[in-house]
Amino acid sequence: MSEAAAHEFQFSSAEHQRETAISGIWLFLATEALFFGPIFLAWIYARLADPSAFDSGGRQTELMIGVTNTALLIASSFAYGIGLACIEFGSRRGMVLGLLVAWALGAAFLGLKFGVEWRMDFEKGLFPGANFSVHGPSRSGAQLFFALYFFSTALHGLHLLVGLALLAWIISKARQFTAERHNSVRVVGLYWTFIDIIWLILFPLIYLIGRAS
Amino acid sequence: MTHSAAQISYLEDGHTLRSWLLTTDHKRIAILYLVAITFFFFAGGFAAFLMRYNLISSHGLLGSAETYNRLFSMHGILMVWFFLVPAVPVTLGNFLTPLMLGARDLAFPRLNLLSWYLFMVAGFVALYAVLAGGVDTGWTFYTPLTSLYSKGHVVAAIIAIFIAGFSSIATGLNFIVTIHKLRAPGMGWYRMPVFLWSLYATSVILVLATPVLAMTLLLVAFERIFGIGVFDPAIGGDPLLFQHLFWFYSHPAVYVMILPGFGVISEIVPAFSRKELFGYKFIVWASIAIAVIGFLVWGHHMFVAGTSLFSAIVFSLLSYMVAVPSAIKVFNWVGTMHKGYIHFDSPMLYAIGFIGLFTTGGLTGLFVAALAADVHLTQTYFVVAHFHYVMVGGMVSAYFAGLHFWWPKITGRLYPEMWGRAAAITIFVGFNLTFFPQFVLGYLGMPRRYFAYPQQFEALNLLSSAGAVVLAMGYLLPLGYFTWSLLYGERASANPWGATGLEWTTPSPPPTENFAVTPIVTQAPYQYEQPEAVIHE
Amino acid sequence: MNGYWPSATVEGREVDFLLLALLLVSYAVLALVFGLILLYMVRYRAGSGVSRGARSRKTWRFEISWTAATLAIFFGLFIWGGDLYVRLFQPPADALQIYVVGKQWMWKVEHQGGQREINALHIPIDRPIQLVMTSEDVIHDFAVPAFRIKHDVLPGRYQTLWFQVDAAGVFQLFCTQLCGVGHYSMTGEIVAMSQPDFEKWLANGAGPEGHEDMAAAGKELFTAHGCSGCHGEGGVGGSPETTGVAAPALSGLYGRSVRLQTGATVTADDKFIRDCILTPDKTPVAGYPQIMPSFSGQISEEKVLRLIAYIKSLKSGSRT
Repeated sequence: MSEAAAHEFQFSSAEHQRETAISGIWLFLATEALFFGPIFLAWIYARLADPSAFDSGGRQTELMIGVTNTALLIASSFAYGIGLACIEFGSRRGMVLGLLVAWALGAAFLGLKFGVEWRMDFEKGLFPGANFSVHGPSRSGAQLFFALYFFSTALHGLHLLVGLALLAWIISKARQFTAERHNSVRVVGLYWTFIDIIWLILFPLIYLIGRAS
Repeated sequence: MTHSAAQISYLEDGHTLRSWLLTTDHKRIAILYLVAITFFFFAGGFAAFLMRYNLISSHGLLGSAETYNRLFSMHGILMVWFFLVPAVPVTLGNFLTPLMLGARDLAFPRLNLLSWYLFMVAGFVALYAVLAGGVDTGWTFYTPLTSLYSKGHVVAAIIAIFIAGFSSIATGLNFIVTIHKLRAPGMGWYRMPVFLWSLYATSVILVLATPVLAMTLLLVAFERIFGIGVFDPAIGGDPLLFQHLFWFYSHPAVYVMILPGFGVISEIVPAFSRKELFGYKFIVWASIAIAVIGFLVWGHHMFVAGTSLFSAIVFSLLSYMVAVPSAIKVFNWVGTMHKGYIHFDSPMLYAIGFIGLFTTGGLTGLFVAALAADVHLTQTYFVVAHFHYVMVGGMVSAYFAGLHFWWPKITGRLYPEMWGRAAAITIFVGFNLTFFPQFVLGYLGMPRRYFAYPQQFEALNLLSSAGAVVLAMGYLLPLGYFTWSLLYGERASANPWGATGLEWTTPSPPPTENFAVTPIVTQAPYQYEQPEAVIHE
Repeated sequence: MNGYWPSATVEGREVDFLLLALLLVSYAVLALVFGLILLYMVRYRAGSGVSRGARSRKTWRFEISWTAATLAIFFGLFIWGGDLYVRLFQPPADALQIYVVGKQWMWKVEHQGGQREINALHIPIDRPIQLVMTSEDVIHDFAVPAFRIKHDVLPGRYQTLWFQVDAAGVFQLFCTQLCGVGHYSMTGEIVAMSQPDFEKWLANGAGPEGHEDMAAAGKELFTAHGCSGCHGEGGVGGSPETTGVAAPALSGLYGRSVRLQTGATVTADDKFIRDCILTPDKTPVAGYPQIMPSFSGQISEEKVLRLIAYIKSLKSGSRT
């Protein structure tokens, strides 16, 4: 078995391959921004239609869970960053450790969000539909708020789940990475950070703005 | 991967099913797509055939309005998302992009294979939707009809389109990165063939607009499943919001459909006029202009929808602006033919047909861009004829032109030229017979999407349906002789047309790695200096 | 071009004139493009021996000139189309208003005098007619090719179009927005007749429940549904002393500016009044308690239109 090629055959060098992979992930993230963009726009549009009713929905979210989750994701990106720094210096063990911590924190987020917070939201009757628990003049605005809340957190959670799968894959391939060759770690890192950034935009929209007014 | 000295053609490089279904070779993936695209073209075409059959009589020969509504909806969905949007990019684009760039493959070959699998999954879901009974909402899915009233398989159709959208985004992403990063040494941006510029512009639109469609369709499904008021006013939503979101994607989508066709024509006209493309830079920047301005005109689908007078005026002005770059291209192609040495092989016949039909379709776009005229013409057969002239008369002709031009390169075989010319002419005649009467029908007031219609429109409908028979024959001919050529066609040389472009420097069909040695580019494209000589060796 | 088919309205004929101009421009361009292609196909075919001579290097002169020419023609067409469009959708102030409700799959028409029709619309010639339209369910489109006019008809809001017919006749009405299985059958007739004939038709033409002036019908609804209980008889307004609640006066309301509790100022048009009746939480008026109940589900679109007609008739103080 000959040694693994330094780069794939359509590239002229390992450097070329690395640059191309990074360009690719940035472009992909741009499309993801355009995917989440309309949700943020819909949020603005819906709030403008009836700000007080919309915000009344916003006040019913679980602030403590939201804050904890935000901390978890920020810590997770930080851990990933440390893992990436480790492999850039050649330490595979450091990388695996950092990525495992990032994975665990991401999984904790999912558990907290869907296992705990969503369950509480359902129990409080906040899922839009015939059984929506808010009545009176604020009902349609609050319902729209929660429609967007469930929709965007489900979408974000799905992306996070994919991120967890990618992280697990990277960890399983740890043996192949060296200080010179670890493109996949960089690429997945960019994706992971992006998911984090999406959350950082969602967090104030969901938990803070309704409470500020 | 080892590079063998004796270059095996990509078709011979592995004969197992596995070697095809797990290939990462862009050329094999192009073939995989070609089979799927051809299937959807004929599936959507069959629906159209049944529609024209129905319209022979003013009472509706199929007997059921529900069936008819589902037929035109599936015709639209299949043709738009499973044929027109992918066609040139995934077949010719996949095959030729690395070859034209002097590269060995696309930037992300495995992503390319994933694109194909996503497309196939989407296709199966779409087929399921069709076989389970289809949808009756039109391909435009207007709410609240779609979200609350339709009894068809809306969610299945939405899922199919959603997945197909991801396939498009992946393909577009792959092309953009490839064109930026994998150009051969010496190939600056202005040395790229126009076909690649067109694919680039197309890919930019794909990656920017498709996510918006995905989101919009998800919201419709959400409303339909959970009863949340996003678009239905009865539960607090806004039906116009849907139209804005939908057309924000779907208008750029039509430029996704036509830009690759422009690229194909820009390769063929110089080759068969043996002359440099007239105004290369203008054509290139016209493509970019179309991509950019194309994002700003979506409101022209809503001139009678209930938007403000002011927005209607702005969109009308922008719609006239977007027509200018297309006009420039037409003039430039004609300018290329001026003082050239014109050959009338099939690709050129299709290309000339394209210029005629696309120009006609484009001019009728001026009619519907004029606000007051659009009020009368919108939602009638006039608009149906307009978009079929540009999409079918234009885009499908360009697709066929490209297939004929690059067939020898892709398959290593020559198709029988006489049959090729016969098909081109049959298609041109059949197309005009089918769709020209529809301009008149529209002016006279016949609405579109009507299962049965007033008696007075019957004669023109009969003429149109007769034309459809001719058109169908024209489309079936290539299916016949292309298949024949695979088994019995004469073997093709590397450059049977004497065209310029790096793809013609490789054998026909090319070896898996395309180029044994990375080529170095030293001149601009389309250097056809002498009447009969082959330029590149 | 065969099939020229005159329009029955002045504006329609202006649209035809624009269409003719578009046709001529198209023919000219097609003649140029097809002509040149055919010429080149013959003159510059590969074997033709014609001298190709020197080729002009400065292609940009051609590029700029045909781009500029194209822009100029397009701009002219845009102005023409835009100007006519604005006139097509700005009804004269003295137009006769008739109400249309579209639903799957029929057109329900109601004249101000209460005369009702299904899939038909009788109108007098030589008078501007303004249609006020809404839908009960999905989006439809009211289209009259002979008048070169159409407009989408949306649920939850009102659209208008207007026309003035100058020759008596019967003209086809189509629904031109896909609305379901019965879309193709949602057609009807516009019957244009001389003013005396129209008066006669109004006098005789009655809906199944007899007819009553829309505003008078609206007045009955106003009482029957308890509106006068808060807003007072004749819509003069309510206060804790007179009706027990503070409720805005409705006389003279139509067309006025209204300040909402959110701070926004809106015009009290047909849609505003409809929203107040059906979704009062969306239109909380400044200075009044937000206690008006919603009548959504209790009042049909036609009844809403009659209530609106009544409220429109309430000029400050007196009823016209």
